[in-house]
Amino acid sequence: MKLNCKHLCHSLDLSLEELDYLFNLAKEMKKNPAKYSNSLAGHILGTLFFEPSTRTRLSFESAMLRLGGQVLGFSDSDQSSAKKGEGLWDTVRVMDGYCDIMVIRHPKEGSSLLASEYSQVPVINGGDGGHQHPTQTLTDLFTIVTEKGSLENKNFAFVGDLKHGRTVHSTLLALARYKGNKFTLISPSELKIPAYLREQLTKMGAEFEESTDLKSAISDADVLYSTRIQKERFFNEEDYLKLKDNYIINNCVLSHGKKDMLVLHPLPRVNEISIEVDSDPRAGFFRQAKLGVYIRMALIHTLIKGGHTNA
Amino acid sequence: MLKVASIKNGVVIDHITPGNGLKIFSKLNLKDIDEPVILLRNADSSKAGKKDVVKIENFYDLPLEYLGILDSNITINYIKDEKIIDKKSVSLPLKIKGIVKCKNPRCISFEQKDVSPEFTLNNREDGYICSYCEETTSLKRIKL
Ligand SMILES: [Zn+2]
Repeated sequence: MKLNCKHLCHSLDLSLEELDYLFNLAKEMKKNPAKYSNSLAGHILGTLFFEPSTRTRLSFESAMLRLGGQVLGFSDSDQSSAKKGEGLWDTVRVMDGYCDIMVIRHPKEGSSLLASEYSQVPVINGGDGGHQHPTQTLTDLFTIVTEKGSLENKNFAFVGDLKHGRTVHSTLLALARYKGNKFTLISPSELKIPAYLREQLTKMGAEFEESTDLKSAISDADVLYSTRIQKERFFNEEDYLKLKDNYIINNCVLSHGKKDMLVLHPLPRVNEISIEVDSDPRAGFFRQAKLGVYIRMALIHTLIKGGHTNA
Repeated sequence: MLKVASIKNGVVIDHITPGNGLKIFSKLNLKDIDEPVILLRNADSSKAGKKDVVKIENFYDLPLEYLGILDSNITINYIKDEKIIDKKSVSLPLKIKGIVKCKNPRCISFEQKDVSPEFTLNNREDGYICSYCEETTSLKRIKL
């Protein structure tokens, strides 16, 4: 399958059909890695990390190496010039002669879209400030479809700072495109989803309710998605300390959830999920990180080759 | 009532919100035009009580999108041989590029002279969404 987009800058760039295709290809790559282990031999993935993100970079590198390709890039550019956006297009123009596909992480919002206007080779957004992180969304969706069988008719509980952190917003919007999903949005009242998102969800016909109480709100959840609550988001330390403990997922909280509830987190966690939860089979966040490699493999492969028919 | 000369050929920018006439005069650099230009302030208007009007002789080429953002009440009459040959009312354009800068300091286009985002009017009609960062710059904050 050839994707409609040459680049992936925004999680909504992909249609449901294209997402489905990528999920199936990722599944096949996971099941039959040998078939794909050499399929991108001779191809180079450029990793342009204008700000460090070890986790995302290693996931992309692992994906490319598992496809038999090679990686080339940097992860420690001059921070001050990156913040101003200087040198982005020059770097992109130079790098597109050095690689066949590139992933860009940059602190400025919209940087990937701008880079894609200059680049001859496909650009993947590896996170552009607080704006988009489409491969995280792909990872979330692929994990849910792998563990739960489908992306429809599920109850989702999102907990944490739902106001900031737009990776949660884009996963929420992506899930709202599927039929029959219900959302419970659990956060301190100061950290509820922003008005524009509430409006957008309503317009899409999504069924959602907002709550401040974690324990009572998760009893129906098929998937519990936890996000970081950052100290910087609060006006004072006291509020932070008072609130954060109410949103920590531990064994006691899990006892209120379904036996087959799936717990996800984009990682790295600070203290939103207690270590004691890790041994519970419902803890899916390390499996989620692993599945992120396969969906990135499927994406890189499809953007370069147009799908497995050319494998 | 004050009688003002009409023009033979050119444009009449009518129904300008009072106060915006001078702004249009200066933004369109009309002081540099060698043709006759009339700026009328606080004229009587049957529609809105008062209005400003700008008339420019031998001139047709107006930046309509720009005028639409500046004052969406405006109507424009195109005059030839003292007759109105065309009438246009400006409105907020659905898409604009190059006129407005993004007001989001976290946006890649902010502080970049060479990068100009395309803006789409959002459905609430209270501003324009930047193609890069998707933030809305409200109409109130767009200063032309
Ligand atoms: Zn912007």
